[in-house]
Amino acid sequence: MHSSSTISHLGRLHSGTAWVILAILAFLALVVVPVLYWFVPPDSPFHMPGWMVTLAGRFLALAMVALALDLIWGYTGILSLGHGVFFAMGGYVMGAHLTRVSYEDRLPNFLQWLDYSDWPWYWAGFDSFLFTLLMIALVPGVLAFVFGVLAFRSRVRGVYFAIITQALTFGGMHLFFRTETGFGGDTGLTNFTYLLGLDLGTPQARLVLFWVSALALILAYLLCRWIVTSKLGRVLTAVRDAENRVRFTGYDPLRYKLFVWVVSAVLCGVAGALYVPQTGVINPSEMVPSASIEMAIWVALGGRGTLVGAILGAGVVNVVKTWATSAHPDLWLFILGGIFIFVTLLMPRGVIGLFSRRKEGKA
Amino acid sequence: MRLTARVATGLLCALLLTPLLSPGASAAMEDAQEQAEQLGEEQEEQLEAELAEVTDEELAEDTAELLRAMATQDIRALQAAIEDIAASQDADTLPALLALRDRRLFFTDDETLIIEDARDGTFREAITGEPREDLDAGDLNEPRATNPIRRILRPTIGALQIFADDPAARLAAAEELAERPRPEMRDAIVAALDEETAAETERLLNIALAQLDLDSEDDARRLEAVEIVAEVRASRLRSDLQALLEVDDDGNHLESSEEVREAAAAGIRAIEDRERTARFVSDLVFGLSMGSVLLLAAMGLAIIFGLMGVINMAHGELLMVGAYTTFMTQALFALLIPQYFHYYLIAAVPLAFLGAGAVGIAMERGVIRFLYTRPLETLLATWGISLILMQSARMIFGAQNVSVASPPWFSGSVQIMQGVSLSTSRVGVIVFAIFVVGLVWVLMNRTRLGLEVRAVMQNRDMAACLGVPARRVDMWTFGMGAGVAGLGGVALSQIVNVGPEMGQNYIVESFMVVVLGGVGSLFGPVLSALGIGVTTKFLEPAVGAVLGTIIVFAAIILFIQWRPQGIFALKGRSADD
Amino acid sequence: MNGVSQGLERFRETMRRDRVFDLVNNPAENPALDVSHGMALYLEGITKSFDGFRALDDLTLYIGDGELRCIIGPNGAGKTTLMDVITGKTRPDAGTAWFGNRINLLRLKEHEIAGKGIGRKFQKPTVFENHSVHENLELALHADRGLLTSLTWKLNGEQRDQLDETLELIGLKERRDAPAGSLSHGQKQWLEIGSLLMQKPRLLLVDEPVAGMSGQETEATAELLTSLAGRHSVVVVEHDMDFVRSIARQVTVLHQGSVLAEGRMDEVQADPRVREVYLGEEN
Repeated sequence: MHSSSTISHLGRLHSGTAWVILAILAFLALVVVPVLYWFVPPDSPFHMPGWMVTLAGRFLALAMVALALDLIWGYTGILSLGHGVFFAMGGYVMGAHLTRVSYEDRLPNFLQWLDYSDWPWYWAGFDSFLFTLLMIALVPGVLAFVFGVLAFRSRVRGVYFAIITQALTFGGMHLFFRTETGFGGDTGLTNFTYLLGLDLGTPQARLVLFWVSALALILAYLLCRWIVTSKLGRVLTAVRDAENRVRFTGYDPLRYKLFVWVVSAVLCGVAGALYVPQTGVINPSEMVPSASIEMAIWVALGGRGTLVGAILGAGVVNVVKTWATSAHPDLWLFILGGIFIFVTLLMPRGVIGLFSRRKEGKA
Repeated sequence: MRLTARVATGLLCALLLTPLLSPGASAAMEDAQEQAEQLGEEQEEQLEAELAEVTDEELAEDTAELLRAMATQDIRALQAAIEDIAASQDADTLPALLALRDRRLFFTDDETLIIEDARDGTFREAITGEPREDLDAGDLNEPRATNPIRRILRPTIGALQIFADDPAARLAAAEELAERPRPEMRDAIVAALDEETAAETERLLNIALAQLDLDSEDDARRLEAVEIVAEVRASRLRSDLQALLEVDDDGNHLESSEEVREAAAAGIRAIEDRERTARFVSDLVFGLSMGSVLLLAAMGLAIIFGLMGVINMAHGELLMVGAYTTFMTQALFALLIPQYFHYYLIAAVPLAFLGAGAVGIAMERGVIRFLYTRPLETLLATWGISLILMQSARMIFGAQNVSVASPPWFSGSVQIMQGVSLSTSRVGVIVFAIFVVGLVWVLMNRTRLGLEVRAVMQNRDMAACLGVPARRVDMWTFGMGAGVAGLGGVALSQIVNVGPEMGQNYIVESFMVVVLGGVGSLFGPVLSALGIGVTTKFLEPAVGAVLGTIIVFAAIILFIQWRPQGIFALKGRSADD
Repeated sequence: MNGVSQGLERFRETMRRDRVFDLVNNPAENPALDVSHGMALYLEGITKSFDGFRALDDLTLYIGDGELRCIIGPNGAGKTTLMDVITGKTRPDAGTAWFGNRINLLRLKEHEIAGKGIGRKFQKPTVFENHSVHENLELALHADRGLLTSLTWKLNGEQRDQLDETLELIGLKERRDAPAGSLSHGQKQWLEIGSLLMQKPRLLLVDEPVAGMSGQETEATAELLTSLAGRHSVVVVEHDMDFVRSIARQVTVLHQGSVLAEGRMDEVQADPRVREVYLGEEN
């Protein structure tokens, strides 16, 4: 009974056309890309080179970050400039697992330097993949929960909230920069070789990671879509637009905000965990405040309050970034800065807003 | 003149922060920087030289007599000559002795003593002070400053220096003596103590004397020495006092006199007391200094956020503009008016205010004024501005840090109390912070602009009705906040590296100052910046700097639980929406 | 404008005595609420200061069950702060506030107070601008406010009917799918009142309901409020004296944070102290 209502609810997430589009996109990512990479011969113009697969896989993980941020900012009106810390926590958890399975019985240098002869207690359990999966959700989730309770209970919001999330990620960065913290200090965790028995250097691993990222993004999208189209989503938007009214209507905004905040952090952590094996390194620079601010512009560019917009924005900015930082490294910051100013001044509803405005104009 | 023109172009370029980089301008910049560095170095050398060259005038005949004896290659004669000089206590012989020590002392074949100038390597007669350009190194003989000679030379120089006219030279000599007291100089020390007027020199001489007397056979003298130690409370003598309390294997006191032992115990207590106080004072002053840096960095932000509710993420880059303006002013002074080079810092203050203020006004007019109703968007847009400013600075000045030399009156150190000395720039920062807070207070409370600003911020519509041009006030408020940030940049240029990314280091901490302080009053940020600085400083020894910062951040977040609007909140109904 | 007057027509239609809307006459269900002594609200000795300014000064006020009470008073008399205290937005420095005989308002948070059956309409109409009219009402609907149930929430048939009735009552049936932000000022006021009714409150606090309304709209609102009384207790804060006169049975005059006078409109108007501090100022 309950499960059937859940299924019918899922069915209502989209109109028929939208389901078709989603299915096509999923097909492209889950089937066409693997075929282009694996079966099309390398000399064919349709062949997709390995680096591109990995790059795309990384972008998919970043798109998930954008989804997570959109949930909290676009829909609930809470701008977080500290999502880098959740991303990095997921990444570090995955990195810890990769380190343990890659090093097996040896201890990495940074732990030897700290005079450990065996894995210290906070490294315990990371040799198990299941435990790692649990931690990927739990570490960012618990961190977000504690921080969220403190911030939301005292009704910190708006720019104040944005600022203290900056402090959160800034503090996290400093903590992990210390060698004594035991996660590799400023070099972080790297030199990964194996994941679930898969040699990370092989084409198979590339493809599997890409495939899992794509699947995760699709699932994350459906989860977000479910949240925002439910009554819960409407309460969130109501919190964004008139929090006091929500309160006097009898809803407890704290609970709703906390829920979506934790969900967002966990999604971000999962994205970090997918990102790390595809880049081969996790270090504290993921937590620099500027990285978290950059995430906000992905969402703003694509269009806040639309999930598709967030994914689109993350894709566009990262593609441009990849191109610009190699072709015109001097210009990249001008471009990025320009996007920030242009979008906020002239495109407050993002790229998606351009389309929907036209639709509204017709109606 | 051509160079000047090029630098002027460079300056113009940089002040407008034009992202277009012309190679000419960058070359001119390098020239200017080089010249500035050179001037900075010269000052330091000059300071040293002033110490060494007491005089280059002709010396009195008896002094000349003493010196002439040094023009020999016979070690024994040289030793005798130095001993004679030591006995004469004639401080005028110092330049020659220093030259001997540094191997700059020579004599010609006709036994004329020649000193090589430490600065430019020219030769000069030691006795008449006349330059001898006709000589070169081949014409000169060198007295043989062997190790035995050096051993007697050092105390002699020390003894002579404690009678020198220059207080700095006397202080240096006393320092040397306190470090390595020599019994043969006890009489000289006693004599010098009679005449000495400078407190620190006197203290050091006392320490030297006490050290000598602690080994004395005479009980009374030992007691006196212990009492001196207790009085000057010198940490370095603590172990000597400790030695007086020791017992041998049979439980007998090594020190026979009961009285001396008691005095020594009291002395140790006194030293420990002083050390505790010194540590506290030093942490406190250092913390205040750190807090002042934070305050200077955050003040502009507090104005802009407090009065306008605008989150200016480009704040760090306004600090950077202020710092680079200081750098440019330095370069300008080096090129145009090198004789006043030391005072560039004073000129940099108003220039940085205007420079950063101009950038701020441009930001307000160009971007921020369109976003007043959307604070989160302002945050993102100003972040975009910050990226552009940062990259512009990188293209104009290069990615490397530029060097900003502290003028001599701003380098060196200040002794706060015995055992606590801080670099002048650290103390200067505290003074400068007071100046900036005062300036802001005057701007806000004693000027027409301040009145209008307060009116607009309290009730915009009402102010507009009364004829206050609200939009223009917005612009000036922003400009003022940006200018104050520029002042912060001047201060930062003196203590940290000036580079394109310098602003980024301060942005989060500045915001924490504002969040903690609240926006209700000027004193919120003052209190919170000093509080953060002092707390961090006191936490540091226990947990380390990094954890200290993290703990302070966590404490701020917890503090917000208790007072969500900061220390000085605007209470009342206006604040709850 | 045409839409507005049409809506108004329909609005007046619902006021006719020969048709009964379930919604209006259904007693609010709240088992915890005990009004057996005939009193809905007890406020005693409430004091609240802001930075030394006493917004409420030892205020004592009782609202009977089913009563329609108007509260008037000059600016700064403490009317809005009074509302804030009742709804939990502001905690008083001293005093007690009980809803019925059992519910201590000072122990509850805003949303809990709303859940106990106190609804509030703000001075400035606040609706969820980006939600449609229909969604606004749905959010306000008296139902489980739980977090996880809201993920799988669906309207049932009864609730749908209730929603449609309210839409008709506030005259916004045609605009059910329009975003609330696109409504006119008066329509937003009604939407807010409609949302309030969906909550099935036992006590309604209404802050300046007719500010910015035309004469016609004001009249309709007056009728609505009077029809609500009896089943709900209604407290109206209003500046418009004509409006107060048209609906008020009992009037309380606030002055400097405490009750200056209380009674029927004509009694209050006759009170020399009231004339001096309040009515006198108008002349």
